[in-house]
Amino acid sequence: MLAPTERRIDRVLSSANMQHIVRRVGQVLYVIFRFALIVGISYIILFPVLMKISSSFMSRRDLVDQTVKWIPKRFTLDNYRMAISTLRFPTVFKNSLILSLIVSVLQLCSSILVGYGLARFDFRGKSLVFAAAVFTLVVPPQMIMVPLYLNWRFFNLFGLIPNKGFNLLGTYWPFVLTSITGTGLRNGLFILVMRQFFRGMPKDLEEAAYVDGASPLTAFFRVMLPNATSAAVVVFLFAFVWQWNDSFLTTLYLNSDFLPVALGNLSRTLAKELEMNHPQYFSLVVNAGSMLMILPVLILYAFLQRYFVESIERTGLIG
Amino acid sequence: MPSRGRRVFTLSQQKALTGYLFCAPFIIGFIFFFLAPFMQAVVFSLNKLKIVSGGYELEYIGFENFRYALFTDAEFVRVFVETVVKMVIEVPSIIFFSFFSALLLNQEFKGRLLARTIFFLPVVLTSGVILTLESGDYMSNLLEQTNVSAANALSGPVLTSFLMRLKLPREMLQYVVSVVEHIPEVVRASGIQILIFLAGLQSIPSALYEASRVEGASAWQTFWMVTMPMMSPIVLANVIYSIIDSFLSPANELVIYIRDTAFAGAGFGIGTAMGVMYFAAVTIILAIVVKVLSGWVFYQE
Repeated sequence: MLAPTERRIDRVLSSANMQHIVRRVGQVLYVIFRFALIVGISYIILFPVLMKISSSFMSRRDLVDQTVKWIPKRFTLDNYRMAISTLRFPTVFKNSLILSLIVSVLQLCSSILVGYGLARFDFRGKSLVFAAAVFTLVVPPQMIMVPLYLNWRFFNLFGLIPNKGFNLLGTYWPFVLTSITGTGLRNGLFILVMRQFFRGMPKDLEEAAYVDGASPLTAFFRVMLPNATSAAVVVFLFAFVWQWNDSFLTTLYLNSDFLPVALGNLSRTLAKELEMNHPQYFSLVVNAGSMLMILPVLILYAFLQRYFVESIERTGLIG
Repeated sequence: MPSRGRRVFTLSQQKALTGYLFCAPFIIGFIFFFLAPFMQAVVFSLNKLKIVSGGYELEYIGFENFRYALFTDAEFVRVFVETVVKMVIEVPSIIFFSFFSALLLNQEFKGRLLARTIFFLPVVLTSGVILTLESGDYMSNLLEQTNVSAANALSGPVLTSFLMRLKLPREMLQYVVSVVEHIPEVVRASGIQILIFLAGLQSIPSALYEASRVEGASAWQTFWMVTMPMMSPIVLANVIYSIIDSFLSPANELVIYIRDTAFAGAGFGIGTAMGVMYFAAVTIILAIVVKVLSGWVFYQE
């Protein structure tokens, strides 16, 4: 036999009210745990960015000042001025911007076309084309780098053009030709994304257009394309950012007058121009330069971020 | 009726033709800018390549390039093994972390949009040259020593002494410490994977969750019986993507080594031979991964 008080406690504990409280406490603990986790991960992601921002405004004297950790005491824009002049920022920025825009727009066009073709039409060899798109992703670019380089150097389309061959190195042509044909850097991925997106769209849309007498091309341009904005924005953003940051192909095919390449060489250029070696000071300038390179992408991301987060809800991105 | 000069296509023929039309750019590009260089790469790796005026000459030397890369080159084998091992270790951590993050970001909470924006930020920030600069950057090294970087604080003396007290075997201790040390790297390499997982989570029909609730399944059961099977194809896709992604990572030492060998070192032939070996290694790993995982992957159709 239980004592009366114990029985009462037992009753209280088993009451719906108590269960509710226990569940509620669990929920609150979980929310706190989740919050801490998210803040921690965000910190790991944001830490290097914040550090770059703070040190890019530091003056040289802040470097030796032991009291300065995060907030610069002698706020200065000198690092930015130095970075802009040493990088020849206006030139390299313009070059990078034009190249990235050309590449991303062309890659977007080609991947939309091919993605739609793969998603909506049945033809012989379709699975072969699809396998080819996957294959372009699986081969490391380093393997075909030398043959491609030589092809651009002595370009004659494998003997199709009866000529000794043009030298396309140093021009935008290698980028234009690979982007427009969907074989650029990670272009296969964009094709897969667009294909997946179009497959997820209801077939009724086009069928309605066909019933109204539209040709497949009209249906594509008038019905499907306007509905593909969110996936297109994601592909465009990825293509732009990857080209913007790429120094592998840019150094291979073009020259060093592009932002990522110039930034990669910045401390060497500084050492040569200033005829001194001061790694601590150089790192301030490099950080200022990195900010200059990140900023355009951040602005673009801020504008397109809405589509970015939205479009994943529309299942555009599952492999 | 006899033809009136113009061939009349059936509807399916017409559709097939349109399909070819849409895919034509890629088919042409694939043949000229991918398949042809790919074949050439195989040929180049078996030849000595010399640049002459107006073109290049090949001289067949069999497997000499491979022999050179493997046995004469001082660094290649070390860099090759290190890169492949690093990939094999890092990919599972990236998959676990990004799956976990996607589950978190898929829940309803205040500031979810902000959290998602931050989690995807590495996609735009840490690809390319910025990442390479970071490792050699004086300021970040300094700050990571003096300041309390999250991972360093964890992997520092506190964690080590705590693990020592647990009397774990030495190898396990080293592994745990190295995993914790790599947290920032893994977090920053997971942007796209989180995105892909999140898209996958949102494509699971809500009817399945409703059904399992009606049947009285707990959250734990629902996760294992609904979420995991539905997500398994996406896990496979993400593993493949993570492996492919490491080719273009500027932190990939082997990539830099191959390029330097081809353009500034031992020559085109040997560089290409190294590329072919890298491709072979990756293909073998991908084949094993697909073989192992495909038994577990659940396909709805």
